[in-house]
Amino acid sequence: MLQIRPIIHALRRHKAGAILIGLQIALTLAVVCNALFIISSRIERISRPTGVAESELMYVLNRWVGDPAEFPARQAADLAALRSLPGVADAYATNAMPVSGDAWQSGVRIKPGTDYLGSVAVMFADDHALNTLGVRLSEGRNFRPDEIGSIDENGSPDAPTVMITRALAERLFPGQPATGKIIYLGNVDAKPSTIIGVIDRLQSPGTSVDESGSWNEVVMVPMHLAWSGAMFVIRARPGELHTLLKSAPAALKEISRRRIIAEPDGVSTFTDLRERAYSSDRGLAWMMGGICLVLLGVTAAGIVGLTSFWVGQRRKQIGVRRALGATRRDILTYFLTENALITIGGIVAGVVLAAILNGWMMVTFETARLAVGYVVVGAAVLLVLGQLAVLAPAMRASRVPPVEATRSI
Amino acid sequence: MLAYYFQLGVMSLRRNPVLTLLMVVVIGVGVAASMTTYAVFRATSADPIPGKSSQLFIAHVDNYGPHGNDEGEPVKWNTWRDAMALQQAHQAPRQSALYPIAVSIESEDPAQLAQLVRGYAVFTDIFAMFDMRFVYGGTWSAQDDEARSRVVVIGRDVNDRVFGGANSVGREIDLDGKRFRVVGVVERFQARPRFFDLDNRSGFGDMGDLYMPFNRAIEDSRQPAGGNVCNRPSEPGFQNFVRSECVFVSFWAELPDAAAVSRYRNFLRDYAAGQQSAGRFGWAPNVRLRNVMQWLAYRHVVPPEARMSVVIALAFLVICLVNTIGILLAKFMRRAPEIGVRRALGASRREIYLQFLMEAATVGLAGGVLGVVLTGVGMLGIGLVFEPAIAKLAHLDLSLLALTVAVALLSTVIAAFYPTWRAAQVQPAWQLKST
Repeated sequence: MLQIRPIIHALRRHKAGAILIGLQIALTLAVVCNALFIISSRIERISRPTGVAESELMYVLNRWVGDPAEFPARQAADLAALRSLPGVADAYATNAMPVSGDAWQSGVRIKPGTDYLGSVAVMFADDHALNTLGVRLSEGRNFRPDEIGSIDENGSPDAPTVMITRALAERLFPGQPATGKIIYLGNVDAKPSTIIGVIDRLQSPGTSVDESGSWNEVVMVPMHLAWSGAMFVIRARPGELHTLLKSAPAALKEISRRRIIAEPDGVSTFTDLRERAYSSDRGLAWMMGGICLVLLGVTAAGIVGLTSFWVGQRRKQIGVRRALGATRRDILTYFLTENALITIGGIVAGVVLAAILNGWMMVTFETARLAVGYVVVGAAVLLVLGQLAVLAPAMRASRVPPVEATRSI
Repeated sequence: MLAYYFQLGVMSLRRNPVLTLLMVVVIGVGVAASMTTYAVFRATSADPIPGKSSQLFIAHVDNYGPHGNDEGEPVKWNTWRDAMALQQAHQAPRQSALYPIAVSIESEDPAQLAQLVRGYAVFTDIFAMFDMRFVYGGTWSAQDDEARSRVVVIGRDVNDRVFGGANSVGREIDLDGKRFRVVGVVERFQARPRFFDLDNRSGFGDMGDLYMPFNRAIEDSRQPAGGNVCNRPSEPGFQNFVRSECVFVSFWAELPDAAAVSRYRNFLRDYAAGQQSAGRFGWAPNVRLRNVMQWLAYRHVVPPEARMSVVIALAFLVICLVNTIGILLAKFMRRAPEIGVRRALGASRREIYLQFLMEAATVGLAGGVLGVVLTGVGMLGIGLVFEPAIAKLAHLDLSLLALTVAVALLSTVIAAFYPTWRAAQVQPAWQLKST
């Protein structure tokens, strides 16, 4: 049977120690559940599906040097050479691909003259893009070769036909098929663009975008880039990717050396690109995880230390209780219950602290609201940890012989 | 006496090696976590140009109004026409419009690929405004700005690569197939973040140094390499883009004192009011004038990871200290009989305070030393969390070393106050009676 009243009474005698352990548990809970929350939100971001055939893709970031008037023709020649290269399944030239970093963003409207319905990522593409990326259409059709226009470096992306991702389609036209609908891309004078296809899933280039879901909102615009640079996206045939990492830039240099292929990331597999894009998220998750572990260790060590001290201090009282008929089990239960009481007190304070810390982080870092689950998990972990930490000193206490009562210190 | 207390402290700590080790490790880990994250925070939040940051101002004129601006704030760049109007008004002692450009430098050796260098289209004032140091030569003249001369100031890196580090003033360099005359070579602009180029990895990217007259770059149709925003249409072609309402130009002014700042702010407002009355802006003047640190804060240059980890690490340190308080309390109270004897033999409370604070300081010192080692280890791990460009900015220097030890020492002593106070409260009579 639990005897809580005498325990509370005894705790009053060493308030300071109990408060210190409780405080430590409260602070640990506040930090650990917020850290767990950050970790899980980062992991969620890292595991966002890109929608593309990741293991078969690579890119070459290329920039031409010379007369700008020749760039479109040089791009076409380069692209033709890449497509005919052995081992290449398909290729196209674009401005950006999933997780390649913030790129062209455009405001989108569904009625001219109204306010923007947010800003979406624009990827320029031709009729080879879907096949190269390995994405599927859930509605509509691919671009036809005769639909591919051309865009200047500061041009407007308002092509007559566009494809959009399903996530964007569902936001703009909830519950309706998007094919055949019209959107307006870019500035106030934008011409209407008819949606001809809905891409099942395609992640946007920016990885820093917030949690609101805009990471899977993309518009694919059928235009060749009349720019000084382009990103060639190449899909390799099975097993050919690593050969192409060398042969593709070599083939481009063969055509002309009047170009720049940036070092060191100008040629890369998609897998490496994704690795780089999320390295700081992954690092932060590891760091938070490490801090949590050390923190739990420190808290446990603190409990062991203070409880051992109490046991040492109360050897005589324990002896008296044993002499008066308390069993070893009673002594053990006493210390476990005492610890559980302190821990629960700490957890109550910790929940308040966790909410305060989360509120502050929401304001400062625009994180989301802490889900209750994390607090529950954190509290459970701390309760178990506290009991485990107190076990060794409590066992030692239970082994204090009744004869201790008769000895003076 | 202090030396004696130090000895006593060491002796007492050796009596309980596990508890002592626990305290030292806890303090060491707590301090190291705080210092490692602080090193990154310090590197990213430092003033990039300490002597000048309060005198350099970036100006913005809202040309889009309530339905096109950035939730009330002007978009982060200006139009070319507004920047040129401010430039020509010459209301500051020094001023310069600026936009980043990407320049290809072709090698003399046809087997080599060309090299891409990031540079800036600027007016001649910029070199004095940003305190740039010349290795060779100097700036171009105001006449060169007017005449759109084909002149260029290159950074030391470019000079090393193209001219083998020799004095290249007066020699020619091939930029995108056009010949430019080198008028000066500047030292690498080391300040981080590069406050005038925040659109390249928040100013922490790997950046070149090449400066070209602004009007020359516009005439040569050099695309802005830092980005642009077009909330209103522009006709095709670069020159139409430049003259449209698209924004891509930063405008920096050097304003030596508060009076000059308020004069300039009024001038900006008057300029925008003029545009309003001319019918171009359909809204009241919406202008901003921010100095370097205000601009960095507005652009959130310090990565959220850096700020978040500092906060978490500080909370971590606090928990470590609470832990230390508990252990010290246990340790000190166990010695109540000893304290009773000392007090009975005539030691004052002050002496007890000194003795136990000294013991705590010993622990703090050991924790600090461990903290330094762990901070060193933490520095190696920074690259796992932060981008390489940011990670390499954070480094373990003498001031960080000193700070680590100081924080460990100070926080342990603060943690020791309560246990020490309890120790000093020990009643000698009671202790002597019960023993």
